[in-house]
Amino acid sequence: MAAESYPGDLRYHPEHDWARIDGDEATFGITWFAQDALGELVHYEAPEAGTTVAKDETYAEVESVKAVSDVIAPLSGEILEVNAAVADAPETVNADPYGEGWLVRVRLTDPGEADVLMDVEAYRRHLAEQ
Amino acid sequence: MQLIFEKSRPGRRAGRLPDHGLPVPEVPTELRRAEPPRLPEIAEPDLVRHFTELSTRNFGIDTGFYPLGSCTMKHNPRINERLAALPGFRDLHPLDEVSRTQGALRLCFELQQALAEITGLDAVSLQPAAGSQGEVTGLMLMRAYFADRGEAEQRRKVVIPDTAHGTNPASVTMAGYELTHVQTDARGNIDIDDLRGKVDEETAGLMLTNPSTLGLFDENIEQIAEIFGSAGSLMYYDGANLNAVCGISRPGDMGFDIVHINLHKTFSQPHGGGGPGGGPIAVGERLEPYLPVPAVVHEGDGYALDYDRPKTIGKVRGFYGPFGVFVRSYAFIRAYGPQLRQMSEAAVLNANYLLARLREAYELPFERLCMHEFVLSARPLKREHGVTALDVAKGLMDHGFHPPTIYFPLVVPEALMIEPTETETKETLDEFADAMLAIAQDAAERPEVLKEAPHSTVVGRLDEVKAARRAVVRYLFEEHPDLAADPAPVGAEAPKGV
Amino acid sequence: MSYLALTDSDRDAMLETIGVSSIEELFADIPAGVRLGRELDLPPALTEQELAAQFEQLAGENAATGETVSFLGAGLYDHYVPAVVDAVMQRGEFLTAYTPYQPELSQGVLQAIFEYQTAICELTGMDVSNASGYDGTTVAADACFLAKHVTGRSKVVVTEATNPQVRQVVKTYAPGFGLEVVEVPHRDGATDPDELRAAADGAACVIFQQPNAFGVLEPAPELAAAASEAEALPVAHVDPLSLGVLEAPGNFGCALAIGEGQSAGNPLSFGGPHYGFLAARAEFIRRMPGRIVGETTDAAGNRGYVLTLQTREQHIRREKATSNITTNQTLLALGGLVYLSWLGPQGLREVGETCLALADYAKERLGLPLLFSDKTTFKEFAVRVGRPAREVVAAALERGIHPGYPLGRDYPGMDDALLIAVTERRTKAEIDRLAEVVATCS
Repeated sequence: MAAESYPGDLRYHPEHDWARIDGDEATFGITWFAQDALGELVHYEAPEAGTTVAKDETYAEVESVKAVSDVIAPLSGEILEVNAAVADAPETVNADPYGEGWLVRVRLTDPGEADVLMDVEAYRRHLAEQ
Repeated sequence: MQLIFEKSRPGRRAGRLPDHGLPVPEVPTELRRAEPPRLPEIAEPDLVRHFTELSTRNFGIDTGFYPLGSCTMKHNPRINERLAALPGFRDLHPLDEVSRTQGALRLCFELQQALAEITGLDAVSLQPAAGSQGEVTGLMLMRAYFADRGEAEQRRKVVIPDTAHGTNPASVTMAGYELTHVQTDARGNIDIDDLRGKVDEETAGLMLTNPSTLGLFDENIEQIAEIFGSAGSLMYYDGANLNAVCGISRPGDMGFDIVHINLHKTFSQPHGGGGPGGGPIAVGERLEPYLPVPAVVHEGDGYALDYDRPKTIGKVRGFYGPFGVFVRSYAFIRAYGPQLRQMSEAAVLNANYLLARLREAYELPFERLCMHEFVLSARPLKREHGVTALDVAKGLMDHGFHPPTIYFPLVVPEALMIEPTETETKETLDEFADAMLAIAQDAAERPEVLKEAPHSTVVGRLDEVKAARRAVVRYLFEEHPDLAADPAPVGAEAPKGV
Repeated sequence: MSYLALTDSDRDAMLETIGVSSIEELFADIPAGVRLGRELDLPPALTEQELAAQFEQLAGENAATGETVSFLGAGLYDHYVPAVVDAVMQRGEFLTAYTPYQPELSQGVLQAIFEYQTAICELTGMDVSNASGYDGTTVAADACFLAKHVTGRSKVVVTEATNPQVRQVVKTYAPGFGLEVVEVPHRDGATDPDELRAAADGAACVIFQQPNAFGVLEPAPELAAAASEAEALPVAHVDPLSLGVLEAPGNFGCALAIGEGQSAGNPLSFGGPHYGFLAARAEFIRRMPGRIVGETTDAAGNRGYVLTLQTREQHIRREKATSNITTNQTLLALGGLVYLSWLGPQGLREVGETCLALADYAKERLGLPLLFSDKTTFKEFAVRVGRPAREVVAAALERGIHPGYPLGRDYPGMDDALLIAVTERRTKAEIDRLAEVVATCS
């Protein structure tokens, strides 16, 4: 399992999802806190490429032995690519939640939505309240 | 230990059939079995040894103390097995003429009457096969009742407390209702203020067990009944915890309209490794017309099956319910009679005694006397020594006990839910309490023993992550994988189970 | 009472430890307004020998199958249950255990369920089986719930030739599941694949029974194909004891195989408890209702068994669970496993062949017109008796034979039809007697 970390270049959603924004595209995943709470992942119920996701809505599910969790979209967009490596080996998310463990890549439909997401400091404060 | 399939050898068999000496007609080619199923080929002696060995690798109430919360693992009286096996019950076909099944119908009718008296309600259906099925049936009754009053569209929500057993929300969904959650207050009762804001004309009803999964009797039950009554809603009682209050307080008198009873909990039907059970429902008069069909009724001098029930919700299970379970439960009730009260008193006494002995070493979330069960938290052990409720459970196995329920109810962290039942002696309770205290001490002094427990069982902690990931759910013969060779790391996480 | 062990001195010591002076104080939280305040109005307690006498009397008021030669079937059957089944089911470690949540202490039950799951998959030609459902009717409702979630469709199709109670249970659950139920009528005792194909448009699943409620063999592969063409899941409701001679549903295109397990290893017991089985193709494993046992290892590499994929289930998934089922029918399924192991593949084939042979012999000896003259049947068949079948039943019973089920109870226009079940327990002599008795009653 990875050591606890929250990269400074990401934006964070209160439901423990992150977004790495790159122009009008973004990559989503779940944070270290989320994968730690779930335990070792055994299944990634992925969406299909081409579908649209809406900010704050569920776009996927991840499962460990003891829990199943909705994965929330931090931003709205159209799914360009799903991480097949995670679908095959869900434990990748535990080992590397921000790198190899990315879940989907999207084309953003409303980049302005990023303004309400938290930066790493705000997310750390949010975690302290959990 | 080998699987029975691994002991199979071509040409061996146990059973033989009489030789009929007749020609066997051919099945049309397109319907005919091409390859036989690979069932075990084994002779009777090894068949018996196989299942005997399997049984020695299993812990039942007959083996020892089994304090699973809300499961009511009480002793299963042996006479009940003999009675259920009487040929007049065992070999009876449910579709035989009613005139030839009067004894069975009478047993059903008398059981219905006994359950009506115990619950304080008016009519009973024995049809549902288990508590969960009783729940869905009860919710269907709710829907039928409101539909009949033209309120079906309006009444879409069912209220459940955050301490509810997982079957409650699952049943609500299966019955097509929406969930409203209500919080628990610091005394372990439903938070009345929270409740008031959540009950209105869109509420079909409440699903509650009382005492709750915390083992606490809701002190505000009369107010709760008043809130739901004023909103025109119904109240459903999950009978999982009925063992606490038989002969003392009846759900009908508490204000509930529908009750399911778990015959495999309160009324001693053996749990069978996971079933069978029985989940009969009792209802107040205004819900009687909607009960499943057929109803077992008194007719003239005898008993009959009434199919003429125009408002019935229909049928939830084949025939009239699990009759063999009725025989055992009715025998249990007849063995106690009005002394069912003593049963509940002993259950509550045993639980409070254990609580008194354990409350110092573990954390007690609610400062109250309990009913027939109680919940402790292993949170101090986790905080101070990294020992979790799971580790406590595994440690108990090495002391010869079945663990209590862990990680439920969800409102208590590191929960240990303990229900001793009335059939345990004080000595057994003391041995269990001593073991729990020893474990608390081990947590401080040698936690690694607990972390690696159990040491004395046929297998150690099993890799549940591997099981979920590989999903090997049947024997695959020549293609069966060797999971020991699997490189995946052993995960230490365990499922949150009841 | 004999099941309680506390003595007066136990109670006193315990009350003192608790810090109260009476048991009554332990119930202080119960408001006065909800107290019963009187004794329960139940008959007085009975000792064990009094219980035995009472219940023997009740049992004696029933005419058990053993005393009458019975050809009654219609969903539950008088098959032989060997003594080993009882011996295993009565072992206290199985009988008195609960669901194996603590696997280290429950390897007996867990391995037995794993073996049962394997046996059901072998019988049905499927990849995954659950640990049992309540009975042969509720597994049909389970199949509909699964199909709805897999396909997203809100209609299910059931053949009219499927057992009436199965259909009734599906219709009872359907409103809560948000499902419309459409029935395809039978045509001369069987289902027409073209009619089924038309009805299956937009359906989540199609349920048909093989053999059907008339004992008739349906054109099962064509029915499965018709459902698949409409992209509805084909679900076959099958007789486990037919699967030594009839092809497995998994081998002719079905997505799910379900059925009533009673014939395989459970006594009649006036309708229950029994077990329902549900098996499916591998792709549906995550939508399966009920318990599933999986194989794994411990840290030392020992093979072991655990409940797996529990995130489907109510205790984790709660309102999104694939079912609310908790307690199922494990002990009865264990009886089924023991029975199937006792039979083995040879025995299973022989049971099927015996039922075929004896039923054929019965048709010939009865010499009555078959309800569906050109149809092949398995185990059960219907004849026309020339007068209301109920009267024939009543008259035959007076002569020690139960001749079968009056189909008119469930199907219109069939009041003179008698559904006769011939299992391996019947002998030629008994069939001769049936023919003789029915001849004088028709």
